[in-house]
Amino acid sequence: MRLERRTYVPLYLVVIAPLAAIITALLLAAGLIAAAGVNPLTAYGEMLTGALGSRLSITEMLTRATPLILTGLAAAVAFRARLWNIGGEGQFFVGALITAWIGHSLGVPGWIGIPILMLAGMAAGAALLAGPAFLRLRFGVDEVVTTLLLNFIVILFVGLMIEGPMRDPMAFGWPSSVPVSGEYRLPDLIPRTRLHIGLLFAIAAAGVVWLILARTVFGAETRAAGLNASAAAFAGVSLPRTIMGVALLSGALAGLAGSVEVMGVTAGVTTTMSPGFGYAGIVVAMLAALHPAGVVAAAVFVATVFVGADAMSRATGVPSFIADVIVALCLLTMIVALLFTTYRVRR
Amino acid sequence: MSDAIDLLLNTSLWASVLRIATPLIFGVLGALLCERSGVLNLGIEGIMTMGAMSGWLAVYLGAPLLVGLMIAALCGAVMGLLHAMLTVPLGLSQHVSGLGITLFASALAYYLYRLLVEVGDLPPTIEPFQPLDVPGVSDIPILGPILFSQALPTYLALFAVAVMAYVLARTPLGLAIRMTGENPHAVEAQGLNPIRIRIGAVVVGSALMAVGGAFLTTTAFNSFFPGMVQGRGWICIALVVFASWRPGKALIGAVLFAFFDAYQLRLQTAIEGVPYQLFLMAPYVLSIVALVLVARRAEVPAALMAPYRRGER
Repeated sequence: MRLERRTYVPLYLVVIAPLAAIITALLLAAGLIAAAGVNPLTAYGEMLTGALGSRLSITEMLTRATPLILTGLAAAVAFRARLWNIGGEGQFFVGALITAWIGHSLGVPGWIGIPILMLAGMAAGAALLAGPAFLRLRFGVDEVVTTLLLNFIVILFVGLMIEGPMRDPMAFGWPSSVPVSGEYRLPDLIPRTRLHIGLLFAIAAAGVVWLILARTVFGAETRAAGLNASAAAFAGVSLPRTIMGVALLSGALAGLAGSVEVMGVTAGVTTTMSPGFGYAGIVVAMLAALHPAGVVAAAVFVATVFVGADAMSRATGVPSFIADVIVALCLLTMIVALLFTTYRVRR
Repeated sequence: MSDAIDLLLNTSLWASVLRIATPLIFGVLGALLCERSGVLNLGIEGIMTMGAMSGWLAVYLGAPLLVGLMIAALCGAVMGLLHAMLTVPLGLSQHVSGLGITLFASALAYYLYRLLVEVGDLPPTIEPFQPLDVPGVSDIPILGPILFSQALPTYLALFAVAVMAYVLARTPLGLAIRMTGENPHAVEAQGLNPIRIRIGAVVVGSALMAVGGAFLTTTAFNSFFPGMVQGRGWICIALVVFASWRPGKALIGAVLFAFFDAYQLRLQTAIEGVPYQLFLMAPYVLSIVALVLVARRAEVPAALMAPYRRGER
């Protein structure tokens, strides 16, 4: 058996591959659900109704999808240029932290304050990834390890801030930061739900990222750097500039995710506010085959699994960790599926 | 400040260094073996979690402690085989596959733990490995308790360093593994199969990582809980670079690192008024600093992360 690069990729494969990957992952996870003594069909039924069965559950799912779209975009942008940004979680938290910090005492009206806070979150995320990008460009330090270790450092720093300078005295000893003031809370998209207009910002961000990647010189240079760095450099692309630009964009997107989550959902920062949005963003990006439009769909899928699995766990007793198992399996089956869109198998 | 120096003279600090280093020694040896054959294994954090859970679970269900370590190694090997199949014959991105393995292995470990173990208010416990005095030498003042009063897995870790150093440097097998990481085409020209060598190295390396994880639940602690690996896997990846892919230096790196870790733990109680999170950050900051210091001189295996396909250059 050998693999042969396809000269062209038929459209039906591009559509079928992700679906086949997801179905395979669900079949594999069905075995684990059955091991818990629960009929997988019942379990998946509960999962579906738990995430999509009512107006409330759909809004909860979309609330969960909002930061995932942004962290997914962050991973997609970076991975396209082969910048292995695994620090989405840390960038999410610095974005959230700076938003809560400034948003508590900023003395301007909401319509100007909200954009300022979002920009601050983006700047913080971008700055956090600029460090590892600089270390890679200047010293050749692998960014996988540095971005990952920064996640741990940032979360400890968040803990330090919310137990010290940013501690909320009204939180009854529960470690949380002071909340952002009311005028900077994002308005609800649908009244009496948690769904806020951050969802629209996230979708708009996907559009902007798509435009940047598909229609600008920077986007073309990014793609060239990702496909073949030495050829790109030969063709006159400045790799350091491109990589740094990608880092700033990727970090800004993940930072924005944290900022929007604070203004839209949590108001203050806690060390537990993210159930791994940064890491799940990597899966979202892979499921989307690194395409910005696909990111929105993939984020909705991953959010469905997460929100649905909680409901399924309550109804059937299957441990809710099954959500992480399904999502991780999707990542693994997806990279195999993508292989078959770029290669064909010859005997 | 004088407290900080007094701490350095404390035997218990030095005795804890080897103990803290043990999971790192296993992890860094495993990662080093994978990378020497040309495969980056970012699955390490998940594989260690899987090892911690499966080793603990086996003992909890009645297996002897040593069998627990073997079960952990087996589970790690299976995860390694998955990573190897995806990255070696299929040639998929080693970064993405490794991250996928980490997410999958840790999620699966937590899921199986919740499924198979009744967890009440407190996590259930097992009887862990006890310190083992080496007859004759454990009574030596100062050195005895530091070096010769450790638990069995710590001695195993030191033994593994010696074996790995010998095999890589002095045996035909070691030469083949190192060559596969430098130039797989040359290996093939020698009539060897670089694909098999890579798969074998990743499987054995992953088994070692899992034993490192199992140390946490069978020796350092006596229970399993989510998040217990706490980035040790990623630190091992950094230590491999620090060790410039040599087992002897890997041991030194792990011990140095463990020393700083043990020291910051004790400084936390000695120095008041400094937030404890600053001390906890130290190991991660230190790993980054170490990476920067050695990155320029690093002798990376030339074919690391380059998928090998027969007849394709």
